[in-house]
Amino acid sequence: MTAAFPEHRAAGRRTRMTAARWRLAFCAVALAWASLLLPCLAWAQDLQRVPSLTGHVVDHSATLPPDQARSLEAKLAAFEAERGTQIVILMVPGTAPEDIAAFAFRVADEWKIGRREVGDGILLVVAKDERRVRIEVARALEGAVPDLAAFQIINRVITPAFREGDYAGGLHAGADALMARIRGENLPAPETSAPAPTKPSMLEGLGALLFMGVPLVGAVLVGTLGRKLGALATSGAAGAFALFITSSVLLALLAAALAFIFVLALGVGGGGGGGRGGPHMGGGPVIWGGGGRGGRSGGGFRSGGGGSFGGGGASGGW
Amino acid sequence: MSQLLPRSLSRLLLAFAAVLALGGCGYNDFQRLDEQTKAAWAEVLNQYQRRADLIPNLVNTVKGEANFEQETLTRVIEARSRATAIQATPELLNDPQALQRFQQLQGQLGGALSRLLAVAENYPALRTNQSFQDLRVQLEGTENRITVARNQYIATVQKYNVLARSFPTNFTAMIFGYDPKPGFTVANEEELARPPAVDFGTAPR
Repeated sequence: MTAAFPEHRAAGRRTRMTAARWRLAFCAVALAWASLLLPCLAWAQDLQRVPSLTGHVVDHSATLPPDQARSLEAKLAAFEAERGTQIVILMVPGTAPEDIAAFAFRVADEWKIGRREVGDGILLVVAKDERRVRIEVARALEGAVPDLAAFQIINRVITPAFREGDYAGGLHAGADALMARIRGENLPAPETSAPAPTKPSMLEGLGALLFMGVPLVGAVLVGTLGRKLGALATSGAAGAFALFITSSVLLALLAAALAFIFVLALGVGGGGGGGRGGPHMGGGPVIWGGGGRGGRSGGGFRSGGGGSFGGGGASGGW
Repeated sequence: MSQLLPRSLSRLLLAFAAVLALGGCGYNDFQRLDEQTKAAWAEVLNQYQRRADLIPNLVNTVKGEANFEQETLTRVIEARSRATAIQATPELLNDPQALQRFQQLQGQLGGALSRLLAVAENYPALRTNQSFQDLRVQLEGTENRITVARNQYIATVQKYNVLARSFPTNFTAMIFGYDPKPGFTVANEEELARPPAVDFGTAPR
């Protein structure tokens, strides 16, 4: 490892040491910034936006009468309570410019329906004006609902009703057929209590790690680089670490700022620094509040976030 | 500050800082993304393999249909044997030419296959043949999975290459020899570049 910096060991002259310090600090800070910028490489094509997930039934084509939508919603919610598997029905007017398979996959990949630890989710997409249906099956359910079964459900259950104009009936029957197949699969039973939100516990771990790590790393870096550079490097490292863990720019900046102040306040010795950390833990609630992410809306239903989709399922038309 | 510390201790601290800097300069990210690209590539191969496995059944089913277009059928058979003749090892990724050849052959196989499925629509007996319809659905599913796996691979390689090319991690890549990896190119580039011949039989727009 030290072979990368041979001149440090050999010479140790003051000018070179300074240059090395600068390089090291610059590396840490530049890394923090580079990793901040990466998520900005965003999706920039003219595709349809993924609708927001508002419930088990998302009707953007204004097809289902409210009572039918409610009874479908109730059926799917009851099934989720019974077996844990999330089935979501999305109705859109069309999927252009993509075909329905690409669109459905994009939606499924963003919603990630299915329990976090099981990943059992099914997305049924209806493109009404294009007269296409697709069942998108998460990897965890590809055994319960293979492509052929999905195709048969579309071809024999859903589209005959759709051809008659009976959308609600087709969706009810299709949901029943999917549920019947999933009941035959030996999936873990749903937890009775609501699963603990994982984000705060992860943040707790992050807080603890930063709380322990910052004084340690800070002391070492201040010892080698000097007070200001050391604080800067520690702050960069803390920011990069927070970004790596939470992938939230806000949290990373907060962590970096806290680390910088902390190390500056810590002084060169670093031995008795632990006691100074107390006030900074007051930042905890702020961190918790800032961790919210878009994409999931309330209203009693939220995606389990575990569904991993690999393109399984089938499409059909009527 | 360093003159306050004993020489050996400052060396130790320096070594520790170097280790930290190495971690901070993306060494671990390279390991992670390298493994991810390998896994994504394995998934691509897995789906290609599944397609190749389904084809003999399809060919046998279609053969049962009297007077089926022989040329379409032989093209699929030949494309399959050419595509499966290449040993698809992970090392293929480090050889851009071999990779391009592999993609080209898989692309030809996909093209021949979709032609066969399109031609089969003209044969009423095949349209009502249950096992042919089942195979068609499975092949469609496999094509979808190939698309997803390829996209996944492209996205992972992109992440890897951004890391390998951007500052300061490009130095880590240089020191440890992490070269940018080749992505997927479209197999029939010149075919896609040609504007499609569309004739609506009316005046131009």
